[in-house]
Amino acid sequence: MLLISCPNCGSRDETEFHYGGQAHVPYPENPDELTDRQWAEFLFYRDNTKGSFAERWLHSTGCRQWFNMLRDTVTYDIQAIYPMGAPRPAPNTDQPADFGTASLAPDSTTTGTTGPSVASTDLGPAEPAATAPKGATQ
Amino acid sequence: MADKLPEHPDFLWHNPDPKPSYDAIIVGGGGHGLATAYFLAKNHGMTNIAVLEKGWLAGGNMARNTTIIRSNYLWDESAAMYEHALKLWETLPEELEYDFLFSQRGVMNLAHTLGDVRESMRRVGANQLNGVDAEWLDPKQVKELCPILNISDNIRYPVMGATYQPRAGIAKHDHVAWAFARKCDELGVDIIQNCEVTGFVKDGNRVTGVKTNRGTINTEKVGLCAAGHSSVLAEMAGFRLPIQSHPLQALVSELHEPVHPTVVMSNHVHVYVSQAHKGELVMGAGVDSYNGYGQRGSFHVIEHQMAAAVELFPIFARAHVLRTWGGVVDTTLDASPIVGTTPVENMFVNCGWGTGGFKGTPSAGYTFAHTIATGAPHELNAPFALERFETGALIDEHGAAAVAH
Repeated sequence: MLLISCPNCGSRDETEFHYGGQAHVPYPENPDELTDRQWAEFLFYRDNTKGSFAERWLHSTGCRQWFNMLRDTVTYDIQAIYPMGAPRPAPNTDQPADFGTASLAPDSTTTGTTGPSVASTDLGPAEPAATAPKGATQ
Repeated sequence: MADKLPEHPDFLWHNPDPKPSYDAIIVGGGGHGLATAYFLAKNHGMTNIAVLEKGWLAGGNMARNTTIIRSNYLWDESAAMYEHALKLWETLPEELEYDFLFSQRGVMNLAHTLGDVRESMRRVGANQLNGVDAEWLDPKQVKELCPILNISDNIRYPVMGATYQPRAGIAKHDHVAWAFARKCDELGVDIIQNCEVTGFVKDGNRVTGVKTNRGTINTEKVGLCAAGHSSVLAEMAGFRLPIQSHPLQALVSELHEPVHPTVVMSNHVHVYVSQAHKGELVMGAGVDSYNGYGQRGSFHVIEHQMAAAVELFPIFARAHVLRTWGGVVDTTLDASPIVGTTPVENMFVNCGWGTGGFKGTPSAGYTFAHTIATGAPHELNAPFALERFETGALIDEHGAAAVAH
């Protein structure tokens, strides 16, 4: 059982979450111009990384918000949790995984070029577990 | 049921050092890799070939599956592929001169909802049209065949009937691998264990060699049979596969007297149970939702599966979980395998069997060997080409009530 630190709700069991697959796969900008090959890539091809993998998770029985996670697919170590729309951080295995920031993105499951500008997002220093933002229900 | 187990065999194959060059190299020494090598040697006369295995022979999913063999798939392409496999399962013990205890005790697929019932009846009809033995059982017939099943209607997912394939069953998975390995060895195939592929040598877009931790080996052709690690190899070779690797878990109980005469699967609650020859109850679960190469999954999946199993089989409440484990399965979005050519010349791929590769072992080997030897797919695996994700000709077994394996 994974213990996942939701940016809004703090550490919860994996059973509260829904897996959303690879992160940072934007919807094609010009779908009507795509070839069959390009559509196949968008619909059926995802990275299947052995190692550090950026993926989406939904806290479906909690705050019902999406967020991104960097996780090692061999050790299952959670290396970073970051908002939808934020760029992928460098994996930092020295930091605990519970330094999540609240979601900056609107209710959207698509990320990448369509996300809000979060270039200045500071993923913050290592903090103790369950660093929910002010106002979040603990 | 309690047939006598075969004696533990002596060494059945040699451990040769890799030669500098082969006519073909199979990457992956599991059931599919060994079956492919066997059919390459037997059907196509290719004996200057090697099987490379990064660990020990048949130590991956071949050692971790729940050994169920059946062919009651909905779609024509799948039924042909898996029925071909089942027919081979029926003749292979004699052909390989090795009794790996293929026990045709039947497989039941339970229906728990009206939707299940309709889908199941449709599948029985489709199976019969495809020459696959299949019948529909009402709850009373289910109980007659498997008396330990709870068919009362006051449980969360009552049994409303089942499909039944009498020719289906189970086999001793390790012995299957050893049977293929021994014949491969006899036919001159080099089985090279502890030999991990680290890269490929290419001349333009054509593969000409395999880099390993035991040196570079030249080869005319390469066949990938690496299941959950197929994407890793494809990336080394410079192409992508529409595969996601997930942990799939299974477990066994301690040994019991024979109580379970058949194989029972429930797609709806995602549990499948048989009793092994020695007496363990063998159960499989669904995949963990996340991608994983760790050969282990999360415990709640086991918990969920046990809850369903105990409700369906109240007698299991007093059994104990002896051991749980996980394997890495290579899933595709249409729950059908990929067997065919790749964008790299002279490189072929057999993968995507996901949660149900064991039963397909003979067909995978048979058709993949044909594909490697002739450079073109056999008519059985032609529909299972990588290109189907581009053309849209998917073989969608997910919606066909055959997702549990």
